[in-house]
Amino acid sequence: MDIPYTVEVRRDTGLTNGKIGIWLFLASEVMLFGALFASYILIRTGAPSWPRGDTILDVPLATFNTIVLIGSSVTMVMAWASLKRNRFGTFRLYMGATILLGLVFLVVKYFEYSAKFHHGLFPSTNNFLAIYFTLTGLHMLHVFGGMVVNAYFWGPGAKLWKTNPEWFTNRVEHSGLFWHFVDLVWIFLFPTLYLL
Amino acid sequence: MSSPTSDHAVDIDRHVRVYITVFVALMVLTVVTVAISRLHLSVPVAVTVALLVAIVKGSLVACYFMHLISEKKLIYAVLILTAAFFVVLLALPVLTHSDGFWIPE
Repeated sequence: MDIPYTVEVRRDTGLTNGKIGIWLFLASEVMLFGALFASYILIRTGAPSWPRGDTILDVPLATFNTIVLIGSSVTMVMAWASLKRNRFGTFRLYMGATILLGLVFLVVKYFEYSAKFHHGLFPSTNNFLAIYFTLTGLHMLHVFGGMVVNAYFWGPGAKLWKTNPEWFTNRVEHSGLFWHFVDLVWIFLFPTLYLL
Repeated sequence: MSSPTSDHAVDIDRHVRVYITVFVALMVLTVVTVAISRLHLSVPVAVTVALLVAIVKGSLVACYFMHLISEKKLIYAVLILTAAFFVVLLALPVLTHSDGFWIPE
């Protein structure tokens, strides 16, 4: 049996099921990160003193990562636009670039984490580092998850393009929505943790 | 093989130009975010300015990359409900403070 409303829109919602599904999932993700941001506010306002992020963390590396992640959002939306223009080869290029940029982000985070551990700075060291590792760790998991899905659409999942291009285009749009959300979370994490 | 949306090719070209513009704006705002942090403003002012810039950047991503600027009403309804709960979630630390449950050092 075919999955209903993957391409044609439902008359009651005006949307495909996939589109409403991904937005409901993103709503739950807002609450997940929201709970951690609320924890951050609680811990910070309750602390007798709180360090400026730039006295502990590496701002130039994080700025570079911000540029990388924003760049990957652009390549992601261009991958979707390429499918809309019926250019599958271009889609592969942009999607490949998105995955590579995600990998660059994770490698930079690896070096950041390694430097912290090397200097004896762990989540157990203080509340600042505890919330830093929790928020950035969860965010990294999201980057990795998005990369896995994108790699599937770049590789084996792409055969759907041959049989049902519109469904494939919708799937790429939905994975893109998740990827942009991950970018959006970083846009708030960067100043909160590194600059304030 | 049928083209999914070749009818909208002109529309997509227009969208691509918008994506590039938004990308440039996001890069500029990232530089602005870092530059402001170098000014060493007082914490309340620094938090306010940093959050304002982040909200502008986040809105650009949501409106243009996530196409929220031209989305269906049901999506807006879901997001308004989410935003309401999100505000309550962020307000919980403040409520805890004012209700007297706060434990001073």
